[in-house]
Amino acid sequence: MMPVLKNIYQWVDDRVHVTKLFESTAGHHVPLSAGSWFYVFGSATLLCFIIQVLTGTLLAFVYVPSAAEAYTTLEYLTYQQTLGWFLRAVHNWGSNFMVGIMLLHMTQVFLWGAYKYPREITWISGCILLFLTLGMAFTGQVLRFDEDAYWGLGIGAAIMGRVPLIGEGLVHLMLGGPIIAGETLSRFFSLHVFLIPGTIIALISLHLRLVLTKGINEYPTPGVLVKRKTYDAHYKAILKREGVPFFPKAIDKDIVAAAIVIFGILAAAVIFGPKGPSGPPDPTQIDTLPRPDFFFLWIFAIAALLPKDLESIVLLAGAPVIVLILFALPFVCNEGEKHWRRRPVAVVSVIMIYLVLGMLTYLGATSPWSPEMDAWAEDTTPKEFMIDRTPLELQGALVLQYKQCRNCHAIDGIGGHRGPDLANVGTRLTAPQLTRQVLQGGGNMPAYGKNLSPDETTALVAYLVSLRPAGVPAARDSTTPAVPPAAASAQQASVQ
Amino acid sequence: METPDMKPDDPAAEPKPCACQGGAVPPEAEKSTRRELMLKVGIGLNVVAGAMIGLPLIGYALSSFVQKMPLAWITLGALEKFPVGTTRLASYPNPNSRPWDGDTAMIPCWVRHFEENGEQRFQVFAINCAHLGCPVRWFEESQLFLCPCHGGAYYADGSYAAGPPPRGLYEYEYKVENNELLIKGGVLPTLADTNV
Repeated sequence: MMPVLKNIYQWVDDRVHVTKLFESTAGHHVPLSAGSWFYVFGSATLLCFIIQVLTGTLLAFVYVPSAAEAYTTLEYLTYQQTLGWFLRAVHNWGSNFMVGIMLLHMTQVFLWGAYKYPREITWISGCILLFLTLGMAFTGQVLRFDEDAYWGLGIGAAIMGRVPLIGEGLVHLMLGGPIIAGETLSRFFSLHVFLIPGTIIALISLHLRLVLTKGINEYPTPGVLVKRKTYDAHYKAILKREGVPFFPKAIDKDIVAAAIVIFGILAAAVIFGPKGPSGPPDPTQIDTLPRPDFFFLWIFAIAALLPKDLESIVLLAGAPVIVLILFALPFVCNEGEKHWRRRPVAVVSVIMIYLVLGMLTYLGATSPWSPEMDAWAEDTTPKEFMIDRTPLELQGALVLQYKQCRNCHAIDGIGGHRGPDLANVGTRLTAPQLTRQVLQGGGNMPAYGKNLSPDETTALVAYLVSLRPAGVPAARDSTTPAVPPAAASAQQASVQ
Repeated sequence: METPDMKPDDPAAEPKPCACQGGAVPPEAEKSTRRELMLKVGIGLNVVAGAMIGLPLIGYALSSFVQKMPLAWITLGALEKFPVGTTRLASYPNPNSRPWDGDTAMIPCWVRHFEENGEQRFQVFAINCAHLGCPVRWFEESQLFLCPCHGGAYYADGSYAAGPPPRGLYEYEYKVENNELLIKGGVLPTLADTNV
């Protein structure tokens, strides 16, 4: 039996040269030091991509990329198709893992100086792969054709519409017409399933090819500098000294990491399940809180926090500037130190970028700038803000509730957080200042002058003045006489 | 069974073309100029063929970049649906709708009916916030439109009140015919195409 198999293998190998191919790829020599736990993220990203291709292809067995049918097929996939929920969950969590591990991979190769000579193109192709993966994340969010997808497209169109001169054309190109409709979904399907994955496969081939031709980055040693003139000989010497075939001598940790990644995706998929779909993509259902998927929350936060004059510039120029910086990096820092211990700027940059992205993502997830649309009807008023009030002040409390002030203003944390919390507002603003603020607005508050009767204003301001901790005097300005120092200290004593 | 001495990559195994016989001009030189011409003609033909197939592809892919969809007058229904002094949600079918548009074929908008100097007038606002296109909601009691995304706020007449929007709400052109309210619609309003 065995000799027959051996003969068959030899016959096939003679025709297609599998052994040779395997030896020159999986068996290529790497520095022994590259078999490190820090070097597993690249192969783990590739593994995620393979999982995405497999689950995505199978999801397309059932999914119908038509604006009229997509939502129904998503519900069918989630609730009726055998194991459909599982595939959707793995595809969703696979994409989360892919972006996350890819960022770890990028961070690692940055801190280990792998982008320096002679691996510039490896770095650049990796950056393009990151952008394409984010493109997959956005187009995938659209294919989950629910209300978030619909309004997410609206946000994308609104950003495109800010491009000078060709903005209108770009919006129509993105939407496949002047409005979000059937053709929009069809072209996002084509992008998500054909165009972007095809480009990703081509670039992964280039990326891996470069790993073979230029070699994997040796584990850096502090003080050993990269020099264009000597590096190639230096790397050859390392390979001669401690080179081992990647398979089977240096692949062990990648294999273990692969299993951990698969277990991780499976655990997340089974515990948290698939994402959505939320409500149907019916634009006439406007009772919605559009939020982008996790990876884009930081952009959502930037859009809320930028000053108005800067917004278009940052939204439009931001991406090209980031691309330019990433592409320029391997040329600007082409030589020199590789080890992160001797590159404080690199380490601080990474910490800053993660802090900023993390903070913006947190803000995007909590979005304190959004009004609470139902606060005026649903949120309660804590009782300490109601007892011991005069009838006028109680009337003011009603005005506050009824005029929907609570949608933006919390009382003691309950309500919207767009404007300041009103729990202590009586200690900050005087009655005339409050009246002016309510009637004229300003500082990001609409003016209510046309919308409040004089009686309502009086009552509202009386209530607002009463909003302060017990024993704390109302705010005063320079026109009102100060409380005599003796009385003030007596009051403070009584508070304490 | 061993395959005897098969070395497919061995250059010696292949017959070598020999151009070293005799002192006369080898016929290959003439041949190669003919081949070069052939190659040039071939490349030229393929450039033409490539353009003939490529340009229509580009034209197809970019058609929505240049193609203008005409705006159309669409009815929002009888005037009675919009009593004076109210602001109400209405929706209309996209005039350029395709049969496979599903739910997305209907577009919502806000209709304000008010009286000014004894004259009855309408304002029809796009649902999309001028900031990033999220659907604004009308709050009757505070007479404000609020956006759920980044907190943009607009007054009852659609003018800018607060928050990040760079302008007031987008407004449709409207007319009243046969006791029906009509608007000119068919495009998603953005800063590049305000629809006004």
